[in-house]
Amino acid sequence: MLSIKNLQAKVEEKDIIKGLNLNIKPGEVHAIMGPNGAGKSTLGNVLSGREGYEVTGGSVEFLGKDLLDFEPEERAREGLFLAFQYPVEIPGVSNLEFLKASVDAVREHRGQDPLDSVSFLKLAREKCKAVNLDQNFLKRGVNEGFSGGEKKRNEIMQMMLLEPSLCILDETDSGLDIDALQVVADGVNSQRSVDRSFIVVTHYQRLLDYIVPDYVHVLANGRIVKSGGKELALELEEKGYSWIDEEVV
Amino acid sequence: MTEASTQTLDYASQALSLAQSVEGPEWLSGLRKDGQQSFEGHAWPTRKTEHWKYTNLSALNKQNYAQLVANDSVALTDSEAQQLYLIADLDAVQLVFVNGHFSETLSSEIDLDSVEVVRFSQADEDQRSVISDNLGQITLNEEHIFSALNAGQLDDGVLIRFLKNKKTETAIQVVHLTTAQSQSFSVNARLLVVSEAGSQGVVVESFVSDDASQTAIVNSITECRIDDNSKLFHYRLQLEQEDAIHIGGMHVQLNAGSQLESFHVGLGGKVKRVDVVVNHEGSGAHCDLKGVYLPKNSQHIDYHTCIEHKVPHCTTSEVFRGIIANQAKAVFNGRIHIHPDAQKTLAELNNRNLLLSNKAEINTKPELEIYADDVRCAHGATIAQLDDNAMNYMLSRGIGRQEAEVMMSFGFINELLNGLAHHPIQEKLRPILADLFGKDDSLTRHLL
Repeated sequence: MLSIKNLQAKVEEKDIIKGLNLNIKPGEVHAIMGPNGAGKSTLGNVLSGREGYEVTGGSVEFLGKDLLDFEPEERAREGLFLAFQYPVEIPGVSNLEFLKASVDAVREHRGQDPLDSVSFLKLAREKCKAVNLDQNFLKRGVNEGFSGGEKKRNEIMQMMLLEPSLCILDETDSGLDIDALQVVADGVNSQRSVDRSFIVVTHYQRLLDYIVPDYVHVLANGRIVKSGGKELALELEEKGYSWIDEEVV
Repeated sequence: MTEASTQTLDYASQALSLAQSVEGPEWLSGLRKDGQQSFEGHAWPTRKTEHWKYTNLSALNKQNYAQLVANDSVALTDSEAQQLYLIADLDAVQLVFVNGHFSETLSSEIDLDSVEVVRFSQADEDQRSVISDNLGQITLNEEHIFSALNAGQLDDGVLIRFLKNKKTETAIQVVHLTTAQSQSFSVNARLLVVSEAGSQGVVVESFVSDDASQTAIVNSITECRIDDNSKLFHYRLQLEQEDAIHIGGMHVQLNAGSQLESFHVGLGGKVKRVDVVVNHEGSGAHCDLKGVYLPKNSQHIDYHTCIEHKVPHCTTSEVFRGIIANQAKAVFNGRIHIHPDAQKTLAELNNRNLLLSNKAEINTKPELEIYADDVRCAHGATIAQLDDNAMNYMLSRGIGRQEAEVMMSFGFINELLNGLAHHPIQEKLRPILADLFGKDDSLTRHLL
């Protein structure tokens, strides 16, 4: 699914990712944990192709193709989905219009016909229900005035509509209370399948109680310094990140 | 089509001779003469005239606009004409003028017991006295040259009188349709709205044209007197196309505890200029003024707004947004003048502009003059490109860059449309404005 080899990247002339390796097979859930400033969010942004994140070395292969060759919108159409830590508000553009444009673009890329308005509306309503969002959110501006939890649920709804192959959840748990966390996790779990993989980026172990990973990696100083099973997350929760630094040194 | 004359004409003197030849009701002749006299006393605006600095009127001298066109010169069918201005699902009656002439067939029979709607030429004695008492009192000839010219050419007009303590749900729509003609010509439009104490009403002014090639100059002056504790919803939709020239003004007197909600939309034209002047004359009045302007190609549009806070405890909220495309040019001048007595005023002015090309031009100037010390006043004007974060977000969802630009530009004005109290007007405007950005259905197909 995804093969990252010796990836190096910088933001505003500062090296953030410094030789990162990661292999993900279809259906796997990988958690990436690490202290603040380790490069967790940068990884998501680099993979999604965000402007201003410059890859200076290494390679990323996604479903057999060179991911770094693609424009950001092409990466999304190829099946990469980034759920944002801070979803952007776009006043004046309705959520429904935004979702339809997005789904149309992805369907077109897959050689499918665009959905007609009625079928799309029906589908969007279904997905709203699945993440416990009121239908009125479809009419409102994209994320406009949404609470933190509503924004995150909106991200998960987009993921459900776009049916990507690889989902990167960037600190999706931040700013969520326990109920919202449950809804978001249920949404994610419902999307798990043999041909869909997840990268769950998080600072805390809490989310991993709900979305149980196959692998846990510790990202520190731009590299993965330790990998293990789900029990690694518990160890991190207990001991914090400082022992990793010592071990690596 | 008119052949553009190479010689320079003198619009000002020709407009005056046209005024002198106008035939209209005798009882209006005093107002006409005053207007003509005042017009003669004005210096013709040039680039050196402060309030006309960025709007060049030389186009008025390129063709002979100072003439009228015959009543029977319209090639449109009634339904084609109605298509241009009718607003689906809006409870409304229409008064329609085509090339300046009242159209009996297109206009509605108006029989409402909460409002009187009458043309000046048909007014009864009581209505005449309302007209005489108010016309030219809210806009002053000596302050606005085109108000003076409008009065000087006054042959007819419309009075809308919302009656005391009555609420009128039905919108009164006054339409000025101009059609493509083989000669250039003038349209003189005058509207007087009197909202009597405790009344509520809705007025929609629609200016439309049938074709991009237009040869009319429309001079449209509206005066509104909004009495104590009454409320007026007002929409001024300037949707004439491409070659249209439109100079106009809306002048309002807000009395104690009254409210105005006024929305303006202006597509660009060869030359378009609108002055919106609101006078707070009675304590506790509120003015909510919003507008969008969207010139493209080589069009020009200019909104000059002026809010006069003369008395205490009044509030103003003003938001104008512009999207300027290609090599078009827009001007926005927003003045708020708080007089020494106007303590406890709350006034906000916000103007945001989006330039879609590096040849597009905006001249924006918020102008605050505050002579009272206990007021809250805020203003801001910005000129921007599209937001990078929002762009990144849309790209990350597979939406192409071009489509994202279209959606975001439209979103920028759609935000204001969403706030309109009358939904059918939103629905009428959305596709028209959307059409400006995407030539195909790339945008509208998402507007479910």
